Amino acid sequence: MTAGAIWVHGEVAPDGSLARISAEVATAGRALGATSGRAVEGVVIAANPGTAADELARYVPVVHVLTEPATAQHAAGMAVAQRLAALVERDAPDYVLAGAGPEGRDVAGALSALLGWGVLVNATAVDWADGPVVEMSVFGGKLNTRSTFSGTHGIITIRPNVVAAEPAGKAGRVEPTTVDGDLAQPLVRVVERIEEAGAAAPIEEAKVIVAGGRGIGGSDGFRLVEELADALGGAVGATRAAVDAGWINYSQQIGQTGKIVKPKLYLALGISGAIQHKVGMQTADTIVAVNRDPDAPIAEFADLVVVGDLFEVIPAVLAELRARSG
Amino acid sequence: MPDTASGGERLIPDMRLDRQAVPAVINANDEYALEAALKLTEAHGGEVTLVSMAPPAGAETLRKGLAMGAHRGVPVSDPALGGSCTLSTARVLAAALRDVEFDLLLAGADTSDGGGGVVAPGVAALLSLPYLSYAARIEPDPDARTVRVRRISPTGFDLIESSLPALVVCTQALGEPRYPSLKGIMAARSKEVVTKSLADIGISPDDAGGAVATTRVLEATKPAARAATRVVREPASEAAKQLVAFLAERRIV
Repeated sequence: MTAGAIWVHGEVAPDGSLARISAEVATAGRALGATSGRAVEGVVIAANPGTAADELARYVPVVHVLTEPATAQHAAGMAVAQRLAALVERDAPDYVLAGAGPEGRDVAGALSALLGWGVLVNATAVDWADGPVVEMSVFGGKLNTRSTFSGTHGIITIRPNVVAAEPAGKAGRVEPTTVDGDLAQPLVRVVERIEEAGAAAPIEEAKVIVAGGRGIGGSDGFRLVEELADALGGAVGATRAAVDAGWINYSQQIGQTGKIVKPKLYLALGISGAIQHKVGMQTADTIVAVNRDPDAPIAEFADLVVVGDLFEVIPAVLAELRARSG
Repeated sequence: MPDTASGGERLIPDMRLDRQAVPAVINANDEYALEAALKLTEAHGGEVTLVSMAPPAGAETLRKGLAMGAHRGVPVSDPALGGSCTLSTARVLAAALRDVEFDLLLAGADTSDGGGGVVAPGVAALLSLPYLSYAARIEPDPDARTVRVRRISPTGFDLIESSLPALVVCTQALGEPRYPSLKGIMAARSKEVVTKSLADIGISPDDAGGAVATTRVLEATKPAARAATRVVREPASEAAKQLVAFLAERRIV
């Protein structure tokens, strides 16, 4: 019997394209296939899976594509997990990789329960030694662990920005498939999809994040944060204090009760660096802080700290950036 | 769950967290779920039951939730549960919930230790409950026996709806958790907390617990310390020059 394949769950973005995280997961899957000698195959399950399946085929040799009309008018996660579970039972891959974003987590958790398989979550690296070895950052980044599955199969969710997406040399083929049977789990109807003006790209995927905390002082101050984020081609982040004060949307919150990010640059403005915030951003490649207080905790783990008034420093940084590009 | 803000984490030799060394707290995201539950019962009536898989001291940890206003606690605690994986956790919670009558099952978005966010969808699948995740608003209609949720989506919101009972995953957008009042703290002392074992909820140690964990930790290390911090204390224009030069050194600009 040949060893079971490694499957990559291809997530479909609202516009029908392949979610960026899935291209990263597929790239990680291909590397795992190369070291393990196992086949790597993609799976896309959606009401209109065509575009995303074609995109995923740029990364892996084979993409199984299943049209599931229910996801057009219903919440996708549970429906996708059930179909994926049926495909796994039929084709017997050993491992399933998914993105560690909201969609991937929903699918991975339900799939785990439906198959009775374990999940290793939020991988920051995946190697192979007789099976996948998954590196994770746990307890708010205070420990790095390497874990594996007790048995010979499992599900892994991989964090955004851990692997740079890189298409394979040769495009793969898309193979339509079908599964029988009704969806046994109850469906959740989508009454309406509401687009929010200015809904930013997911902050977990941003290469540069400019974040503001209590020191920003209000919604007006966040305009300055936005301006600097724009100038650096980045996204805007925030602390819980800034979100609870209503200065910025919850979707931008980083930290213990918000998102965990790992950008190339994290620029912290008026952020003291309390542990609850630190756990969300301390694995950034470079951390730069602007803070009035030289003794703020962030000064202990930032790479560069500018001690000063951010309302003077940021305009000067913007001018400096303009001078460079001009 | 263990308090990730406490420091003091260490693993015992079989790579499980030393739960004695770290104080236990209610997971921060679960406090938002509890707050949402309290607001819903204040508006629509009903009671809030806290269901948790917890180490032996878990009953005491739940007291804070009772002090906030929850009516009773059902911690599941069993020596066999040490070292459980997320699948075990989902199975244990699902089994405990089979004995609890509810209209809405609210869960936090994830925990601050592992942060996988995979237990809630697992519980929904095991109990065949409608699963409504990442809620920014929860609007039940008790007469129609339905619930409507504003689900945070990558491009805005999805308005989703299902029948009751249902599982809703809460986000911080639902509003800040309240602090327990002195009266609440006093009242919590006499509220019912019934700790259950695996046998009590009808689960065999073959189906959940450390001995049958689907995943295991091979090694744990402290992350490498970051390089020393460079501190700039120049006037704004000079500081800005140095900041941008630093970004250029690192090829960010």
